[in-house]
Amino acid sequence: MSKLLTRRYIDQIKAMFGKEPAKPAEISPAAQKIHFYKKNNRDEIGELKHRRAHEKPSHKWRNRRWATLIFANLLFVFSYWLDIQVLEGALTASRFVGFHMADLNSALQVMLAHKHIITNLLIGTATVLLLWALLGGRTFCSWVCPYHLVAEWAEKIHLYLAKKKLVTDQPIDRRLRTVFWIVFALLAVVTGYTVFEAISPTGILSRALIYGAGLSLLWVVALLVFEVFFSRRAWCRYACPIGLTYGVVGIISPVRIKYKLEGCFHEGDCRKVCLVPHVLDTVIKGRAVEPEVPLGPDCTRCGLCVDACPTGSLSFEVKGLSKLL
Amino acid sequence: MSEKENAPAAAPAKGEVPVSRERARQGRRKVLRTILLTGGVLGAGLSGYLPLVYARTNRLRPPGALDEKEFLSSCIKCGQCVQVCPVNAIKLADLIDGFGVGVPYIDARAQACDFSCDAVQCILACPTGSLTYHKPDFMTEREGAALSQKPTLIAKMNDPEPTLNMTERMGVARLTRPESCLAMKGEGFKGQARGPDFKGTMRYIKVDRWKPIPVADHPYDLPLCDLCMRECPIAGAISLEKFTGPDGQTRARPIVHENCVGCGVCEMICPTEPASITIIPREVWKS
Repeated sequence: MSKLLTRRYIDQIKAMFGKEPAKPAEISPAAQKIHFYKKNNRDEIGELKHRRAHEKPSHKWRNRRWATLIFANLLFVFSYWLDIQVLEGALTASRFVGFHMADLNSALQVMLAHKHIITNLLIGTATVLLLWALLGGRTFCSWVCPYHLVAEWAEKIHLYLAKKKLVTDQPIDRRLRTVFWIVFALLAVVTGYTVFEAISPTGILSRALIYGAGLSLLWVVALLVFEVFFSRRAWCRYACPIGLTYGVVGIISPVRIKYKLEGCFHEGDCRKVCLVPHVLDTVIKGRAVEPEVPLGPDCTRCGLCVDACPTGSLSFEVKGLSKLL
Repeated sequence: MSEKENAPAAAPAKGEVPVSRERARQGRRKVLRTILLTGGVLGAGLSGYLPLVYARTNRLRPPGALDEKEFLSSCIKCGQCVQVCPVNAIKLADLIDGFGVGVPYIDARAQACDFSCDAVQCILACPTGSLTYHKPDFMTEREGAALSQKPTLIAKMNDPEPTLNMTERMGVARLTRPESCLAMKGEGFKGQARGPDFKGTMRYIKVDRWKPIPVADHPYDLPLCDLCMRECPIAGAISLEKFTGPDGQTRARPIVHENCVGCGVCEMICPTEPASITIIPREVWKS
């Protein structure tokens, strides 16, 4: 990675904790050349192709992701209902064909509250840490978390109402998520209760699917109502400490979205569909520091931007794999 | 210079970018919204304290559970114990339990733990040690909570290893309503112990050692009710002490012994409504 990309990546880690991304101080000569070329030339063939691409909206990655998410959650459900015993437990902790798995944030809460860690929990946590470090950290959010899916559907209602000018999206300070992470960690240590687990919509929904619905779903409904009428995707964007935990894991992950400056028309369709648009600040005209820029660790690798991009400037990449092949 | 004139009334500090009034107002609103969300989420989170402070629900926890405070802090709320139980005795608590939401408990009257699994499988399934065979050394043991010996399971009497790997009791059975107890009144019992609609299941050794059946499918005909003693899965936990009533009739008093682990089978099977014998959760043995 070039020095500029490293600097940008560090800025993106800061952005994950809540800092607003800013214009880069320095841009590489190669990227500058492309920025300059774009200012002075029109690529007519490119524009034509691009217009055509806009006519065929793609949902390839979204469909794959929804299928994976539903499959993963149904595997939990059927393991219990049909007693096929493949994935026993709930998202907070489970056994995959006998191997322990523990959700990183739930395990962390238990460790901080209980202050005593048994081997099985350690094994489960380490397994999941390794798994998501390989698969992309916040990949968990968009590819597995059941709240993410219902929030995506709520988001569609929000966007519809916003189009009708019935609601407006009220942004909230993104630093709040970091504050929540610290506060809930402290609360677990001080009170000795896993306070966050009582309100975690991921845990509540996962258990509701497997063991049946309860009153605690009211909290999930309240969050969705807040998101529909007040602030778009508020829980995932500004509040959920689970997202930050997995985001930190994603810092070292090889799976990510890569941005290619050359073919980009800088229309910003990708930023409009993105859950975390601050990772896509690099697509703004004149901001890319290199011809190819990987997105930051807060990216959930959901692929909505890849689907939205008419020029193929955004794509999935596994770092190191292209070199091997 | 025109930019300077558009700046808000309060001149920006040296080095700061001047902001328009609209921007400043938006900024203030964003701060308010942030405070609103903070308050909402933290309020919801800490409301979990309320059931603990006020109503103090006294739940019967599955076998091998740590003491209540430690149990709540260590449970990861995954329900693996629920999944392994062959009689579905374990349920997960709902919102009204506050921090206990998603934490397992047993409603003994509806479905008791009858050790159909032979080996306290729920303890084996627990990934965090909330249910444990042996408490870690630093945790204190309440006086009378420890079992004096490993409980012997009547169903396993003829096996090479007839005991359950349990060191602490879940609670203790008590004859809480002696006035309604059929044995105390010298009455017999005929029919389904809990009526035809009762959903609870239990293992009857004489029917099938490996498959629990509905209690409703196993009617009784007893001259003097002894159901609590008859169905107790633990050896030497309940006995009946016969005595003669004022009318000269033979009556019996259920006596709970130190072997009682608090599994709740006696509470489930008791045919009176409400149950004459009940489990006091987390109760210790007092001689």
